[in-house]
Amino acid sequence: MLSAPALLGVEFDYTLRNVVMGSAALGAVGGAIGSFATLRRQSLLGDAVAHAALPGIGLAFLLTGTKATGGLLLGALLTGWLGTLAVLAITRGSRVKEDAALGIVLSVFFGVGALLLAYIRQSGEAAQSGLDRFLFGQAAGLVAEDVRLIAVVGGGALLAVALLFKEFKLLAFDPDFAATLGFPVTPLTVALTSLIVVAVIVGLQTVGVVLMVTVLVAPSIAARQWTNRLGPLVILAGFLGALAGATGSLLSSTVDRLPTGPTVVLIATAIVGVSVVVAPGRGLLWESVARRRRDRRTRIGSVLADLATLSPAPVSGGALPVTIATLASHRGVTPRELRRPLSELKRRGAVRLEGDGAVALTSAGEAQAAAAAHRERLWRSALARQMDLPGDRVHLSTDDIERVLAPEVLVALEGDQTTGRTLGTGDESRATGLNPDGIGMTVSGLPAGGADR
Amino acid sequence: MSFAAVIILTGALTAASCSLVGCFLVLRRMALVGDAISHSVLLGIVAVFALTGARSGPLLVVGAAAVGLLTVVLIEAVRRTGRVREDAAIGLVFPALFSIGVILVSRFPNSVHIDVQHLLYGEIAFSPLYRVELWGADLGYRSLWMLGGMTAANLAFVVAFYKELKLATFDPALAAAVGLSPVVVHYALMAMVSATTVVAFDSVGSILVVAMLVVPPATAYLLTNRLATMLTLSVLVGTASAVGGYLIARLLDSSTSGAMAAMAGVLFATALLLSPSQGLIARRRELARLRRGLAERLLLTHLDGGHGAGDRTTLRERFGWSARTEATVVRSALARGHVRAEGSGRLVLTEAGRGAAGEIGVG
Repeated sequence: MLSAPALLGVEFDYTLRNVVMGSAALGAVGGAIGSFATLRRQSLLGDAVAHAALPGIGLAFLLTGTKATGGLLLGALLTGWLGTLAVLAITRGSRVKEDAALGIVLSVFFGVGALLLAYIRQSGEAAQSGLDRFLFGQAAGLVAEDVRLIAVVGGGALLAVALLFKEFKLLAFDPDFAATLGFPVTPLTVALTSLIVVAVIVGLQTVGVVLMVTVLVAPSIAARQWTNRLGPLVILAGFLGALAGATGSLLSSTVDRLPTGPTVVLIATAIVGVSVVVAPGRGLLWESVARRRRDRRTRIGSVLADLATLSPAPVSGGALPVTIATLASHRGVTPRELRRPLSELKRRGAVRLEGDGAVALTSAGEAQAAAAAHRERLWRSALARQMDLPGDRVHLSTDDIERVLAPEVLVALEGDQTTGRTLGTGDESRATGLNPDGIGMTVSGLPAGGADR
Repeated sequence: MSFAAVIILTGALTAASCSLVGCFLVLRRMALVGDAISHSVLLGIVAVFALTGARSGPLLVVGAAAVGLLTVVLIEAVRRTGRVREDAAIGLVFPALFSIGVILVSRFPNSVHIDVQHLLYGEIAFSPLYRVELWGADLGYRSLWMLGGMTAANLAFVVAFYKELKLATFDPALAAAVGLSPVVVHYALMAMVSATTVVAFDSVGSILVVAMLVVPPATAYLLTNRLATMLTLSVLVGTASAVGGYLIARLLDSSTSGAMAAMAGVLFATALLLSPSQGLIARRRELARLRRGLAERLLLTHLDGGHGAGDRTTLRERFGWSARTEATVVRSALARGHVRAEGSGRLVLTEAGRGAAGEIGVG
């Protein structure tokens, strides 16, 4: 972290050090604790809490006249807490769903905050000018005292997470199991939610109420890309949060008219973007490479299987040639699509290209083709047995799914697609669980049949 | 028209246009998508301004609404990567877009009159200052034209596609089965929400739009089970919040949009407590009534079964009742004439009580 200012050619003076250290600490606390919020699908609770903190700041100022950060944040903590309670009361006590409850708390509390701040401004309190800094954050205003406050409160919150790590882990992954083991689930939930509130409040100074949600959500999503284990995830999220906080506040303090909160948000978002694309294993880039490789393998396998079907070996000598056009129409693809798999097979010496657009298995290829055809048959019967489909209907390519499944099943599936509900597909397990246990089978490796066309 | 009337009418139209589409957001559990859109249209507004210099008018509405739609598409795209859940996807996308908007606003030369206060709280108090001129003729207040037009458009949308919206909201699978594309309905609704948000932005700012989109519909949701009634009620609640908010703000000499949101919150809290069917108080009463009914039936079957019947202390032990519960239950059963007390204080089933116990079907 300390090399960043040097890179930017900025003198690393005392004020700047406060700013960078304070923002890094905020980012670390937000990122680490936010990991639990994201895992518990409470990402947007942080958003509501942050907005709900605004009236607390106004109230603290009105009631005590304090301008001290500690006092203001105490007010923020109070109303932030009230906000979470209100969300809970609304969702538990009525049929209003969580999304609306969050929207209500967020906007109404923020409205009350706006009312109070405007009132303070109107009543001619010159001293209030400092309050607006909580909207979008103002890292440049951090002083040594603030940094100490952040360090103590944030450090305490992190310590609590470390001490209760096992409990929180269980709570995040399987609260029902935690209850059966006799863990005090409700007090633990209260403790975790309180820590989330604390993390939000601590971050208000640099990032502000409006954009605080990113500091909670982004680092843990980025970290999730790099590790499958909760411990490293929390630590990495803390580190990435610190990185975003420090660079963002540094940029905003050194470049004119660059508000801190938005800058931190954009840097954190960029970190997520990079992680989602390039992280080894879970990165989209590697996934697409792997998918392409798998598709190629599948296509080669199905060409081999088709060759075995279409050119039964004569009693002696090599297999009879088949035209590429026949091969293509058998599989329901264009001849162009067969060009690459065929040239790959030729390279392996499994087929030889005859003149006039025909292709024949070599003697080495015959064995491979027979094996591929066998595997494909196995797949069909597996599908027929596992999915209880009539055997004569499963040798279809996947794009013919409407001929396999009943119309009403398809309608339900389509509905699920558009409403975003999924039937426990691989996608879902990747998004939800660390360590997906591989229950779902990879159907994309399925050889596409099409013998009945 | 007085300034106050213009402001109140602007607020009322904002509330009405937002509530109409907001009802569907609440019912479809997409309130936070509305939140996301309302933030990201800022970027659209700034971008349209930067490109064309337009600060109002149809171009701004269409351009900024397009960014609103882009938000929905982006959230869906992020979710579809399979790496991020929907709540987190929302939490990632809109702050990023909003941040770009805020940074653009703060880096623009001063000629842009959008400042941070404005984009958060709106400037409804200034609505009487802007008028529409066409070919030199003064046509009246700009805010009333814009919001009136948007309210009319939303009303037309809801009325024209009422059946489609209803079906796609309550039974997406059936809607798909009868050939109604849920995707088309979804994006049409999102387009209306985006356009509404842009138009309302001037009056209430980016965050308090959410108050108008979500709070009145949620309030109405607590008061009725019928969609048409919910739509009507939410418009009424929204309008009441606007008028009440204006009065509060006037009294305190404070932010009008903030007061409108606060007022909407007060109305919601009232409904949450007092709604005849859904309210916390009604629910608690209903629960108590059910409990009492159950206790009475326990008493009747107990007496009917002749399990050492009638001794009031054994009742407490057997059912774990407190003295107060026992007293209430016995008093109620006496009042109904299901039991009578014998001289020794023992309880005996009456004929009516025996019949009632028989109906329970356990005795």
